[in-house]
Amino acid sequence: MSEELVLKTVDLTKHYGGVHALQGANFELNKGEHVAIMGDNGAGKSTFVRQITGVEQRTRGTVIFDGQEVDFKGPIEARESGIEAVFQTLALADHLDVPDNLFLGREKTKWDWLGPFRLLDYKAMRKDTMAALEKTGVKIPNIHNTIEKMSGGQRQCVAIARTASFHSKLTIMDEPTAALGVQETEQVENIIRQLKEQGEPLILVSHNMRQVFDLVDRIVVFRRGRIVANLLKSETDGQDVVAYITGAKTGAEYEGAA
Amino acid sequence: MSDTSQGTGGLTFDKSKRSWPSEMNVLLALVIIIVIFEFLGQVLPYMNDQSFLFDTRDRFDSIFNEARVKIIILQVAIIGIIALGVSQVIITAGIDLSSGPLVAATAMIAMSFGQTELVNGYANPKALFGTWAMDLPVVIPIVIGLSFGALIGAINGTFIAHFKIPPFIATLGMFLICRGIALWWSAGNPISFPTPQYKAIGSGMMPVVWFLSLAVIFHLIMRYTVYGKHTYAIGSNEEAARMSGINVKRHKIMVYMIAAMLAAFAGVVLSAKASTAQAGMGEFYELFAIAMAVIGGISLTGGRGSIIGTVLGAMVLGVIRSGFTYIKLDGSYQLIAMGGIIIAAVILDQYRQRNKA
Repeated sequence: MSEELVLKTVDLTKHYGGVHALQGANFELNKGEHVAIMGDNGAGKSTFVRQITGVEQRTRGTVIFDGQEVDFKGPIEARESGIEAVFQTLALADHLDVPDNLFLGREKTKWDWLGPFRLLDYKAMRKDTMAALEKTGVKIPNIHNTIEKMSGGQRQCVAIARTASFHSKLTIMDEPTAALGVQETEQVENIIRQLKEQGEPLILVSHNMRQVFDLVDRIVVFRRGRIVANLLKSETDGQDVVAYITGAKTGAEYEGAA
Repeated sequence: MSDTSQGTGGLTFDKSKRSWPSEMNVLLALVIIIVIFEFLGQVLPYMNDQSFLFDTRDRFDSIFNEARVKIIILQVAIIGIIALGVSQVIITAGIDLSSGPLVAATAMIAMSFGQTELVNGYANPKALFGTWAMDLPVVIPIVIGLSFGALIGAINGTFIAHFKIPPFIATLGMFLICRGIALWWSAGNPISFPTPQYKAIGSGMMPVVWFLSLAVIFHLIMRYTVYGKHTYAIGSNEEAARMSGINVKRHKIMVYMIAAMLAAFAGVVLSAKASTAQAGMGEFYELFAIAMAVIGGISLTGGRGSIIGTVLGAMVLGVIRSGFTYIKLDGSYQLIAMGGIIIAAVILDQYRQRNKA
């Protein structure tokens, strides 16, 4: 395979009993590329993401990540090898504040010889949090408020800022703005643009056509558990994509698939 | 996008809504309870205008009735040491019921290595082992006691973290096991006559010194170290903690080990204070320790509370106990009142959480 590939799946398939949620998905993602996954409800988008991130075990197929064939037993393994995912259910600790959550599990510390009782470097974490929020354009009124006191949008921003500051090899966002207001959506989109500038690859699952055309390079359409189109943004438009999503049209190379 | 740095999505930060630390509620409750007892002391006909906490005699050197204040703290100090550990367990959304019997078992085991050979020139009548175990340096019984605690805690933690047994059940089992060990160790006989150094661990105000210094140490640990942060994170959202790369299993085992070691140390202090170890010691200690934590604002659902709160919770229990004695009410009323206060504390906690959500 080429040096440029970050992620490649071959014949990725997932059956839930008799339900064929995902069938023979061949997907490729290049370095620095932002790809959107679109499709109707139940088209297999989230199933696809769950197989890559190790949340579920695939029925069949191969996943090649970062040049190696991988078989993640769980999301932690995926995360450890560099796949960072933001799910709709947020992985934040409600009783902790923003810096605590941003640095959870990778705290900045002093006096490391104390082992598990090493001291937290609150000052440095606060500084880095402010920098990270400023860089991503996320506005949180008071970073020392606990997460439980924040709105859904603020929580989402914290979760995404956290993901963005990890410098992972691949970021996956599953409908990151589905529940957000206009301003908050804009902040999330700014974070995504920033990932693009930093050359970090992204898979974005979204229903929002405007957003997809704003942010990504390529659009992959799922229908009934199969990939039915692989479109460069420059060579397509909204109507075209809708045609693929609804099944009015099927990509030439996928003819007979669905 | 607007360029104010004070808002997002139309929200602004209102400084007046900064959270009122829950420890303040406990402090307030403590003050109110003291005021009630002072008031009762003035009103009840048989009290002869005594004061509860203040020194009413015409002296210049003291405002407080020091004897009573000392007794209040001394009475809660040993259970307070247990409560410091139980608080950490509850912060992880767990519970530890085994601490009371662990106090007894540790007291028996530690004391049997802390006995003195000769009592008034005669051989120690309560000697458990031969002369080899007599008059050992005091570190030996302490180390043995703490190691036993660490072992029990490690077993608790392993069952809870690896075998996914609910903490309530795992530690309930350990509750019975430890009481059994305490009875088995010397076939039910008391173990007495410790060495002077062993006795010194629990003499006078030493239990208070231990309690308060351990409270300071664990306050700092919970507040300023990675251990503390991860403890809160696990109680707040275990899944998020795991996803963040925290080794949740290992951390839980560590928390249960620390809690059990604190209970074991309480056992050493208790046996030193009483100069004897008996298998029935520490009855209900686990429940009072949990009560201190809960009254002090530690949420049973995890993630919330602090060591300062637990210390204040311990003071509340101490003041109530002492206050009932002061107004000459029977011990049975104490239990009823404490039970009511524990329930009230939990109701308040749930009310607070609902309002925050």
